Amino acid sequence: MEQQNIITVKNLSAGYSSRESKTIVFENANFSIAKGEFVGILGPNGAGKTTLFKLLLGILKPISGEINILGEKCTSSNCQTNCKIGYVPQRHTFNSESMIEALEIVRLGINGRKMGFSLPAVARREKEEAIETLKIVGAQELAHRPLSALSGGEQQRIFLAQALVGNPDILFLDEPLASLDIRREYEFVKLIKKTAEKRNITVLLIAHNINPLLPVLSKVIYVANHRVLVGNVAQVFTSEFLTKLYNSPVEVLRDSHGRIAIIGAQEGGHDHNHG
Amino acid sequence: MFSFNIFSDLKVMFQYDFMLHAFQAGTIVAIVAGMIGYFIVLRRSSFAAHALSHAGFTGAAGAVLLGVNPIFGLFIFTMGGGLLMGILGRKVEGRDVQIGTVLAFMLGLGVLFISLYKGYATEAYSLLFGEILGISSSNVLITLIAGIIITVAMGVFYRPLLFASLDEDVAEAKGLSVFWIGILFMLLIAAATSIAVQVVGVLLIFSLMVTPAAIAHKLASKPSHGVIISVLIAVLATWLGLFISFYLPYPVSFFITAIVFIIYIFVRLMPYVRNFSFQKRYQLLRK
Repeated sequence: MEQQNIITVKNLSAGYSSRESKTIVFENANFSIAKGEFVGILGPNGAGKTTLFKLLLGILKPISGEINILGEKCTSSNCQTNCKIGYVPQRHTFNSESMIEALEIVRLGINGRKMGFSLPAVARREKEEAIETLKIVGAQELAHRPLSALSGGEQQRIFLAQALVGNPDILFLDEPLASLDIRREYEFVKLIKKTAEKRNITVLLIAHNINPLLPVLSKVIYVANHRVLVGNVAQVFTSEFLTKLYNSPVEVLRDSHGRIAIIGAQEGGHDHNHG
Repeated sequence: MFSFNIFSDLKVMFQYDFMLHAFQAGTIVAIVAGMIGYFIVLRRSSFAAHALSHAGFTGAAGAVLLGVNPIFGLFIFTMGGGLLMGILGRKVEGRDVQIGTVLAFMLGLGVLFISLYKGYATEAYSLLFGEILGISSSNVLITLIAGIIITVAMGVFYRPLLFASLDEDVAEAKGLSVFWIGILFMLLIAAATSIAVQVVGVLLIFSLMVTPAAIAHKLASKPSHGVIISVLIAVLATWLGLFISFYLPYPVSFFITAIVFIIYIFVRLMPYVRNFSFQKRYQLLRK
């Protein structure tokens, strides 16, 4: 059964509440993602893209609704499914003064949850696996360099390797293209796509610019205006669809290469440049 | 006296119980402080360590006033403070002013306790600056037990702690409870601070808990090596400090702080020295 859904979201609503106020991020999200799909998550800043990831990871609790991942209901971040998810957050909190080398960061993706110390044989296997994964993302020569000395693009490869190590079924990538220049954006997307295909990994990727993703996307989740809408690129990126979503006139333009630019959508007050 | 034969020197030294106890407690404290210090620097919580030692001062002063062994007062107050900071977790971050305000009050309270106690000067002095030469055999035993508990806990939680310290978000996504790890770590700092105060005192806690670890972070690319270097520097400084102070009439804490400071400056300047000589050679080659 190829079209098996590995993520199903039903009537999902999310928000933050404090003593003073209650903020709804989005309401009534419904979608499902099949194994092997490459899903782009797009939308303006602050619309709730990262919140959606945190809900799927079980770090945040939804206001209401149901999430099923890999056949299990995900209720807390301690659920076993999390081991099968590779995650690259938007911003990393690591100490920038530390001289800890890249390989050690990747190794934590394998053994970071384990108590005590590994036996020498196990440690050797873990190291080999980490180096193997660094080769896949083309970063084996960075293995012994301090993470803090690497460029944004190089760091992004190390974090991708950390997420890939341990053979995940799903990858959650939160704006992995943000620190890359245009040429590297395309290269990085190609790298993710190639790796995902080889290992049959489902990818959910948050991005600001849809264009580098156009060749690989099988589905788009668009988060804006407290709503989460799903479709393929042709369905979502039309003037009618986005106008309806934002409740204000939006125009989608395409150039001769099929690249997309979005104009309008002033309502949320967000800078919304997809070009 | 001093004979340039280190073995006979040590033999003479260890004939005195106070020196033996100082070496025993000093070594345990240095190992624990060096080990936990690596994570303190990694997590950027050195202010928390400093803060807890101040809370400990008040606890110890209170204990002295009540006629109890000050180490129990230290434990209770640092652990209480550690638990509170752990629970508040991220809410504490970036609140230096608030923490500082509470701390100043704690220290003031400590001063009051000390002044209410008759034996004012020596007790206050030893709490603030350490009194390693006055450690009793029962305190050595307490230090040893605390040291073993902290070391075992660090060993068991080494990797989750490292993961959560290096990259909290990813660790959380992998199902680690960063909240509980944060609390556990604060309690470990508190316990380590309590025993370290005996050696270097409240005000000089940085010299064993932070400086050796900061040096290790500059030198090691693997966390395991970093922990080992940090421990070695702390132990070396403590031993050397004790050794020198046996022959010179100055406080041990001064020698310990001076040794780690010199190593720190040396390590910080190393890259500049290396670059300088490299450039010089390069210029010579071009000529």
